[in-house]
Amino acid sequence: MTDSERGDIQRLSYDVVVIGAGGSGLRAAIEARLAGKKTAIISKSLFGKAHTVMAEGGAAAAMGNVNSRDNWQVHFRDTMRGGKFLNSWRMAEVHAKEAPDRVWELEAWGAVFDRTKDGKISQRNFGGHEYPRLAHVGDRTGLEMIRTLQQKVVALQQQDAIEHGDAEAMIKVFAETTITRLIKDDGRIAGAFGYVRETGNFILFEAPAVILATGGIGKSFKVTSNSWEYTGDGHALALLTGATVLNMEFVQFHPTGMVWPLSVKGLLVTESVRGDGGVLRNSEGKRFMFDYVPDVFRAQYAETEEEGDRWYTDPDHNRRPPELLPRDEVARSINSEVKAGRGSPHGGVFLDIASRRPAEEILRKLPSMYHQFKELADVDITKEPMEVGPTCHYMMGGVEVDPDSQAALVPGLFAVGEASGGMHGSNRLGGNSLSDLLVFGRRAGAGAAEYVDGLAGARPAANAVAVNEAVAEALAPLERTGGENPYEVHTALQQTMNDLVGIIRQEEEIKAALAELEKLRERAAQVSVAGGRAYNPGWHLALDLRNMLLVCYCIAQAALERQESRGGHTRDDYPAMSPTWRKVNLVCSLADGRVGLRQQPLVPIREDLLALFDRDELKKYLTEQELPPAAGAAAVPPASDTNSPAAQ
Amino acid sequence: MSYKAALRVWRGDLGAGDLADYQVEVNEGEVVLDVLHRLQATQANDLAIRWNCKAGKCGSCSMEINGRPRLACMTRMSIFGEDETLTITPMRTFPVIRDLVTDVSFNYEKARQIPSFTPDPSVKPGEFRMQQVDVQRSQEFRKCIECYLCQNTCHVIRDHPENERPFAGPRFLMRIAELEMHPADVADRREIAQEDFGLGYCNITKCCTEVCPENIKITDNALIPLKERVVGRKYDPLVWLGSKISRRTHKDTPKVPGKS
Repeated sequence: MTDSERGDIQRLSYDVVVIGAGGSGLRAAIEARLAGKKTAIISKSLFGKAHTVMAEGGAAAAMGNVNSRDNWQVHFRDTMRGGKFLNSWRMAEVHAKEAPDRVWELEAWGAVFDRTKDGKISQRNFGGHEYPRLAHVGDRTGLEMIRTLQQKVVALQQQDAIEHGDAEAMIKVFAETTITRLIKDDGRIAGAFGYVRETGNFILFEAPAVILATGGIGKSFKVTSNSWEYTGDGHALALLTGATVLNMEFVQFHPTGMVWPLSVKGLLVTESVRGDGGVLRNSEGKRFMFDYVPDVFRAQYAETEEEGDRWYTDPDHNRRPPELLPRDEVARSINSEVKAGRGSPHGGVFLDIASRRPAEEILRKLPSMYHQFKELADVDITKEPMEVGPTCHYMMGGVEVDPDSQAALVPGLFAVGEASGGMHGSNRLGGNSLSDLLVFGRRAGAGAAEYVDGLAGARPAANAVAVNEAVAEALAPLERTGGENPYEVHTALQQTMNDLVGIIRQEEEIKAALAELEKLRERAAQVSVAGGRAYNPGWHLALDLRNMLLVCYCIAQAALERQESRGGHTRDDYPAMSPTWRKVNLVCSLADGRVGLRQQPLVPIREDLLALFDRDELKKYLTEQELPPAAGAAAVPPASDTNSPAAQ
Repeated sequence: MSYKAALRVWRGDLGAGDLADYQVEVNEGEVVLDVLHRLQATQANDLAIRWNCKAGKCGSCSMEINGRPRLACMTRMSIFGEDETLTITPMRTFPVIRDLVTDVSFNYEKARQIPSFTPDPSVKPGEFRMQQVDVQRSQEFRKCIECYLCQNTCHVIRDHPENERPFAGPRFLMRIAELEMHPADVADRREIAQEDFGLGYCNITKCCTEVCPENIKITDNALIPLKERVVGRKYDPLVWLGSKISRRTHKDTPKVPGKS
């Protein structure tokens, strides 16, 4: 290869570059374009294929269409409880307040949600949500959302075609394009560098603002509901650019993934099955979830099957069944049942809706699940129970951002959706992801546009040395020979994370994982790839390995540091939840190419938001010093907060 | 349980290519995409396959398996005999990029020419009121995962690139039907459905319906009713009178200008 071929880079200039074309990326891009910014959307896949299409249940928004008692305060409370109070309370507040407007806006852009009898958007029950709250379209809500946002982008392009004579004048989608490096200038974002899948040619987007909307990290685990794109690109790009990521120890294992056949192990079975009446049973036929209601949730969940069953028709006078506990609780319970020898033949438990609802209703409400089981497992869910078990589903951790603008610590860098952290605390409620994408997608787009306006004429320029380094890094796996095949390293990484930093963790195993990661890091640095640059998946995987490894280091280091169990982080050796640890975020950053970790105190919850909870409930989460004064008691002066929880 | 399957996989690019023979292990319960992934990981690292969700939800892994257009992720190996040779080729209607990956940009161009959802501007977000029975028709079409298997199969454009300009294909005629049947949409796309998007080319052979992995009744529920609406408009006495006295009583929404 000649030097000129190596260095042949297409250069394009934009105001805002959005990396990722799922729900959050498209919503952000739409907002930036509406603010008059020339916007590029970069997608690893084709336009309209992003991982958001796999979301099934719905978008949580307290519209109160089904139960008029619902409002943002109730949604906020549920979100904080679900995240075990580790959430960025400001994000949870903004999210609960703005979600209804974002869902209604989607409808005005052409989304066709299921309806209530009086013609409003229907809302369904879901784990951890006090009232029916999820706007949905059967069990394919994510597809509806991505298609609507895709069609909104097209509608804007149609306006631009008329106004500018070029549909792509103001907003353009770069499909099947991957960003491998962000380029800075004097500490600020100056651009994004990557390759085009079809040709393997390099492309440089010169832009002062970049929004990371790259989704999650599931491809680092063996059993996952995530697609190939989920290699933690945004998390890694942020680290490599000098930004920080937090809450990386909190990985959500969705309680119900398929367990058989092996080929589809991990494939998602929507929580709507339980929201619509499905129950979990062990090999003895017992509804075991009644045995696993933790203290913090005891007041809100039914104690008998009869009460739980009555709740579906009379929620005002009965408590919800424990199958609808937040996901972390249900996933751990299933894990315990299987470990105790009460699992199903293929190592899961039974999810039964067949005996609970008429076949016609199952087909109408859960059409995708019916087809998924029928076609992939030869199971008719209207006649027999499904076998399900936990699957790596969602990353709570992500880029540390300003809760109002989604700005990261590096000027010009923004992050949103699964790639950002804080909103969901230690565990995300089902349905809060689709609404998160919309609420913070809009805010990130607006935040980036405002940042660009603030620059006036002083736009940064992409540093040529950094671009050359990015070229060399991208070409390295193709130029090496005789090295290991990237697929082997990837498989070993997935196995390591699954076995040693999975749903239940302990110190020795996490240390073993970190040692293994060191070896994998060396192996990844030596992989070589056959073939050329045009649409070569081996090459793409070799480049993705760097990102997955960085993310895995963050997960393992944070999991080792946090000596308690909370949400998506369960330590066998520290099974209790500690109010002292609740006050701490673990923040990762990169120094000399290595992941470092530090403890950072959370901002105390604002008083009026704290007042939304009973003092008795807060006692289960907060330290004595953080609690509001008891009624009639004198205010307690705030205690000094300098002790590290690790030292206690 | 496991066996070695004989695969003939098309390898090459737009310039040239050929079928290559492979022997690949197959385990119980696997789909064609699993076997292609194993081939990619063990014998052909650079085999180009387009895929995403491996759950039948994104519509990326469209290809032709023993000549039939299918999603590789939803095609069980058990439907083939263990001694049967599987011939796997890219979608024929679209230009090959590499191996099993094709250039489907035709579809994105057509999508951009269809006038978008047009609600009554006086209805504000949150104020839409629609009955389930009225949205159900559009909802069926919105199940579409844009795998383009219907586009690939439709004989109007399969092997007839000359028809790609006047004909949008079943996916996009269905999109027009979806908008026309949307209870809150006020535009009228009936004339352009016929004149610009080639509804008349469709002679309802139902090939599109047959290959749809979402089991959408494209022909019966979208294309035929759309044809009826177009005819209804043509013989609408008000439209006829309007054209005679040259004052439009029905406002036709024009096609959005685009490349093809």
